[in-house]
Amino acid sequence: MPQIPIESVLIQVLNGLSSGMIFFIVASGLSLIFGVMRVINFAHGSLYMLGAFLATAVGAWVAEKNLGFFVALLIAPLVVAFVGVVLEFTLFKRIYNKEHLLQLLLTYGLTLILADVVRIIWGGEILRLSLPEFLAGATRIMGRRVANYNLALLVVGPLIAFGLWFLLQRTRWGRIIRASVANPEIVSALGINTQWVFTGVFALGCWLAGLGGMLISGRASVSLGMDVEIIVQAFAVVVIGGLGSFTGALVGSVIIGVTVAIGTLYAPSTAQIIPFAIMALVLILRPWGLFGKPER
Amino acid sequence: MLLQVRDIHTYYGLSHILFGVSLEVDKGECVCLVGRNGAGKTTTLKSIIGLAPPKRGVVAWRGQPINGRAPHWIAQQGIGFVPEERAIFPNLTVWENLDVARKPSTTGEVRWTVERIYDLFPRLKERSNQLGGTLSGGEQQMLTIARTLMGNPELVLLDEPSEGLAPLIVELIGELVAQIKAEGMTILLSEQNLRFALRLSERAYIIDDGKIQFSGTTQELQNNPELVEKYLAVH
Repeated sequence: MPQIPIESVLIQVLNGLSSGMIFFIVASGLSLIFGVMRVINFAHGSLYMLGAFLATAVGAWVAEKNLGFFVALLIAPLVVAFVGVVLEFTLFKRIYNKEHLLQLLLTYGLTLILADVVRIIWGGEILRLSLPEFLAGATRIMGRRVANYNLALLVVGPLIAFGLWFLLQRTRWGRIIRASVANPEIVSALGINTQWVFTGVFALGCWLAGLGGMLISGRASVSLGMDVEIIVQAFAVVVIGGLGSFTGALVGSVIIGVTVAIGTLYAPSTAQIIPFAIMALVLILRPWGLFGKPER
Repeated sequence: MLLQVRDIHTYYGLSHILFGVSLEVDKGECVCLVGRNGAGKTTTLKSIIGLAPPKRGVVAWRGQPINGRAPHWIAQQGIGFVPEERAIFPNLTVWENLDVARKPSTTGEVRWTVERIYDLFPRLKERSNQLGGTLSGGEQQMLTIARTLMGNPELVLLDEPSEGLAPLIVELIGELVAQIKAEGMTILLSEQNLRFALRLSERAYIIDDGKIQFSGTTQELQNNPELVEKYLAVH
């Protein structure tokens, strides 16, 4: 094993945490949709990719890079949420009570369609969102340069986590969502239109996918294929943390982000295997995930 | 007539459960629907609230047909449904269970607030911040009733509130239902426990094999031991 100075490892932990924040944002959306509607949405990664491409398009359209980034931050996730509402209304609400195989067929089919839609609109280009000046530079920490953008992600991730926690635990809307997780029939018998609850949750889940995509477009190049890459990572996160668990998504994301980042230092060629090794371990020891509950 | 159920036929998938059930509930009444397990009591209540919509027949609320409407729409017209025990939200606290169900009556009135519920159910007040899933069976039953009251309904469909509870707790639940009735609430009570049901109601229906077999005052039912033996006795 190569001798690596402790500073490099610590910096790499920081970078890994910032990747973890993006995994968390995407995986929490996936987990939320599963938790409420019991649908495993394979197309979640495609919505993330759509968010990333939209962000670069909005950034290029605004052209002024300080402003473009924030306009993209505002618009791209909202457009993805809107696409989600349309998909929910036309397709997803028909499969809520169907077997998982049908859900898999539909959502997998959607990933193929959405990938082609992105290809038709943007072609095979590799794009990137320009960052505003204060985010584009780097800060010296322990004698090493850390991208300001990564530091910003370390702020954004916990903000989103807090926002979601607040929404779910401290608002009436959140209470209705949690009640619907337990028993949607009874929620509707209490006079609440659960169809709207489902549409709202789906929109929020898709907004999170779009936000994740928008945020990654400022850090890495945007290209076809990123949908598959993220959905595999997000699945690893939710399997480790427990599907449907919000805390699980956070812990799973941090575990994957940090272990991959450190692994890259020691064994760059094999680091990408780490999430799946951890996932396999969790599946053997605790099949419902660290924070999940055994399926009824 | 506040609620009229006329000749409804309800199915679960392919199995035919209700064969032309008819019943009526007038404002301010407490009417019980008694019968054995599997006789069709729960299905009748679920047909009214829309969770098991009837295939044929009419459910009329203040003279207007409501069958075929979504449960949330029917609930918004002033019908409250209290499901069988343990249908509380176990992952929500007692207070949260109540808050989710909060809505004004059809006339915009708010008779039932969390404070009034806590006056009537002091046990729930003590458990306010506890998760619903940690409550005892009796407390869960109280919470289910209290939760429905939070929607300020005009009619409450009460599904087997005494089921699976110890005699002392059944007594307590009975007193609570009596108090709610005294507030002027209209109640349709489904029960297997005849003693419990008759003490609270003025009129009774007996349901067996998905058909109404008797309709009359509770006095008439009590004076007819053969009926009780035929349709309600457990052998």
